[in-house]
Amino acid sequence: MAVPEPMGARGEPVGATDGSMRARGGPAVAADVPPWRRPPRNHFPGVPAWGAPTAERAHERFDVTPLTRVTPEWAWGGADGSGLRVCVLDSGVDGAHPRVGGLEGAFEVVRGARGELSVTEAEPYDLAGHGTACAGVIRSIAPGVSLTSLRVLTEGRSGTGEILLAGLEWAIEQGYDVINMSLSTTKAQFRPALHELADRAYFRRCVLVASAHNMPVRSFPWLFSSVISVASHDEADPMTFYYNPSPPVEFYARGLRVRVAWPGGGEILSTGNSFATPHITGICSLILSKHRSLTPFQLKSVLYLASKNVAGREGDTSV
Amino acid sequence: MSDTSEANGPVEPDLTQRRLLQSIVEVACRVFGAAAASVFLLDHRTGELVFEAVAGEGEEVLVGTRFPGGTGIAGWVATCGQPLLVDDVRESERFARGAAESTGYVPRSIMAAPLIKDGECIGVVEVLDRGLRPRGDLGDVDLLALLATEVALALELLVRLRWGGDARPGPAAADGEDLALLHRVAERLGGAGPAAATVRKLLATADELLAAEEISLASP
Repeated sequence: MAVPEPMGARGEPVGATDGSMRARGGPAVAADVPPWRRPPRNHFPGVPAWGAPTAERAHERFDVTPLTRVTPEWAWGGADGSGLRVCVLDSGVDGAHPRVGGLEGAFEVVRGARGELSVTEAEPYDLAGHGTACAGVIRSIAPGVSLTSLRVLTEGRSGTGEILLAGLEWAIEQGYDVINMSLSTTKAQFRPALHELADRAYFRRCVLVASAHNMPVRSFPWLFSSVISVASHDEADPMTFYYNPSPPVEFYARGLRVRVAWPGGGEILSTGNSFATPHITGICSLILSKHRSLTPFQLKSVLYLASKNVAGREGDTSV
Repeated sequence: MSDTSEANGPVEPDLTQRRLLQSIVEVACRVFGAAAASVFLLDHRTGELVFEAVAGEGEEVLVGTRFPGGTGIAGWVATCGQPLLVDDVRESERFARGAAESTGYVPRSIMAAPLIKDGECIGVVEVLDRGLRPRGDLGDVDLLALLATEVALALELLVRLRWGGDARPGPAAADGEDLALLHRVAERLGGAGPAAATVRKLLATADELLAAEEISLASP
């Protein structure tokens, strides 16, 4: 990363937003840590947002991906997702299933004796099968990605909202590039914390791809603008997706009769937004593996520009 | 049929609830031309799903049957809180074997939607082997989701009626005068004489009378 003249908002040289590379001291942050992954400031984390005196000193340089004419071919042609780390927040993943193609890791949220939640390494198993199905879809779209399972769904027991929050926070802090969330919570009390986490992920370039709920209930996080929300279309092509010009749900992907992995080695045909979501997760992984410096808002723009009802208008559906 | 309908209250399913759930599964069975339809409620103490009403295949034997939450298609739905449709489940040997062992019927397709109350999944409505599909698969899933929403709301209203007492006079809602009378009777009931025995019989009869009235008030 080129950092010719790191500048802080007050004009002091910084390499990290917490001032840890200041000339006046503090622990050094590795130079290859990009600005969006650096720890928050020690004081007033996140606020206030000081202005940048760019007229006096050049702003810190960082890698960018300029957008030219975006087509599906430009977006993901030739990509296989290599180098991307994807976390599947779900019921766990059967790591031995051939459709999953191996896991980088498997973790679960556990509750301690005093009720505290923590994330620990776990066996790559999936009692329900939902996470295995999602992981298999992601692998089918982006065979080169590194997949990690984080088990946050439990079998019908309460307290899942807290577990989801703890798991999501951990996954964001671990720096996964994309997090697949074929799930949502309908509990309003978790909305503020979930919203804060979704925004934190957005600013750290950790893309949250979330299933829209096809029931008349309010659920989260798919309603947040900082995530990429997905519902189903009824076409068979796994790479076809649409932009929805009347959100909240922003994209439609393949979710009808999807052949998905079933724990224990089998497969079944499944329909639901849960399976549309990992299609978009896979496509996001392809795009990000080809264009490593895209921000989440750029990525959403690329998805928009490459969707069938936008790119397809000019007959450009070359991929 | 134990206390599976509510996580926080000792609410026993009564005749109205049984009739409500049975009518829902009958409607689902007809609308989708299905081989069977069922409603499961979640037992929050054990995490198990319990068959509460069944129409079609298995209706004679399945009500009251339990299986571990998180397993099977209903378990998927209860776990992830999203409606799902699964086809060709017979292709999965493991699924087919599990289904046959637990219900005696191996369907080709299963469609299920969660019952959500106050943000919690309290159960699942499920339809097996749809025969009529004029709406297409996505349309069917959406319709079942709407039906599930109605079921959850109806169950909520039922519980509110039973416990809130704002819509009907509760037989148990005794006023202060009744309570004082019952208290005096209880104090004098300590003896073993013939009068006490007769009063006990009278109280038992009164209890039966009030219980019968409660059932009739709870019925449509």
